[in-house]
Amino acid sequence: MTDYNFAYLDEQTKRMIRRAILKGLAIPGYQVPFASREMPMPYGWGTGGVQVSAAVLTPEDRFKVIDQGADDTTNAVSIRRFFEKTAGVAVTEATAEASVIQTRHRIPELPLREDQILVYQVPIPEPLRFLEPSEVETRKMHSLEEYGLMHVKLYEDISQHGTIATAYAYPVKVEGRYVMDPSPIPKFDNPKLEMAGVQLFGAGREQRIYAVPPYTQVVSLDFDDYPFAPTKADHACDLCGATDSYLDELIMDDAGGRMFMCSDTDYCGTRRVAGHVGAQAAALAEDAA
Amino acid sequence: MRADALAGGFIDPPIDASRAFRGIMTAMARPGTISTVTGALPPTPLGVAAGVAVLTLCDPDTPIFLGSSHDTQDVRDWITFQTGAPFVSPAQAVFAIGMWGDLPLDEFSLGTSEYPDRSATLIIELPELRNTGLTLKGPGILGAAKLSLPDAQTLHRNHGLYPRGLDFLFTCADRLAALPRTTRIG
Repeated sequence: MTDYNFAYLDEQTKRMIRRAILKGLAIPGYQVPFASREMPMPYGWGTGGVQVSAAVLTPEDRFKVIDQGADDTTNAVSIRRFFEKTAGVAVTEATAEASVIQTRHRIPELPLREDQILVYQVPIPEPLRFLEPSEVETRKMHSLEEYGLMHVKLYEDISQHGTIATAYAYPVKVEGRYVMDPSPIPKFDNPKLEMAGVQLFGAGREQRIYAVPPYTQVVSLDFDDYPFAPTKADHACDLCGATDSYLDELIMDDAGGRMFMCSDTDYCGTRRVAGHVGAQAAALAEDAA
Repeated sequence: MRADALAGGFIDPPIDASRAFRGIMTAMARPGTISTVTGALPPTPLGVAAGVAVLTLCDPDTPIFLGSSHDTQDVRDWITFQTGAPFVSPAQAVFAIGMWGDLPLDEFSLGTSEYPDRSATLIIELPELRNTGLTLKGPGILGAAKLSLPDAQTLHRNHGLYPRGLDFLFTCADRLAALPRTTRIG
């Protein structure tokens, strides 16, 4: 622990990130440039989220990390251990017990409270990037509130697929001003972006930080005749029976056997401990025994 | 430089700054919330909370403007020793510190429409800070909040510039609240 400065980063770097976070909170959805540092992990592994977490963690925090909803994947485990080692903070897998949650591509199923902070790992922070490769141009588009191109993209979805086919990283408009990439969360999670907790977004490679304060209006873009609809697999969780959670599909054998299970492992586990049983839970328990 | 300038900083900077930033961030994310912060003992007239904000956020990258009420040699020496931040005119300032009356609000950077984050943050010391007075609405606020702030008209005009505009930290002794440009007054 004493081998590192608290939470790894040096203090001048943390001040720079903290100033960016404050400006991000003051201009919800606007991407604040910051001088992203090299972290002891490759780009794409959450270097932006890690830097934001390092700047907000206090010794009293209890830290949780999820990767696609799971606490036990390589990315989540390594980042959790990183802060256990460099900040000495307590960690948890329980959403309800965490004060800071770093996430890759999911929002926990359990609604967050006012005393919780959600830190997103963001690969491409610019929602217009795949439509307009020039940063000079996209910055101008944001400044002029010129978002027609995004609606054209959603319209082309409808003309080609009959419906808005964008299923993740679904663009939102924050507080009626900035169009924002909510990171590659499934659009099922978009309604949860209006929450009681503070949401911070960090993109390490792209050097951007942005934020959504609590109770901020976040509207998923759509059309009057094609309204936004959050979607999930039309199934219940085979382990805990939940019908309201986002599901992962798992191929079980070579004969086409498959099952659906909650992507949020803490949500699923908590339900099973409480006695909820899914369709395949009994069969799987026998296999394990 | 007097020896006082060397004292009154954070005892354990990484830890003290992390706790202080949580207080400041909570205030900025939830306008109307009053945070209590500790760890700095700056020379008068700089209050504890204003001093904590300076230690947490300022360094050689952040030029500071001092309002006339706070532009004393003691304050300058303390900020210089503790942070290394240079002192500049209002137009170049990233942070400004003073009382409500002595900061030339029209002269600070409001950011540009392409880079609205490049606006000044004003740390303003108030004689009192309570959850009464002006009604605040907007991002970070469930329903409405109240805060004892001066001059609704100026703050309302600042909100009208959105997404450009100034952001405020209001301090009183060891307490601190924030008013980002998003907040609607009244």
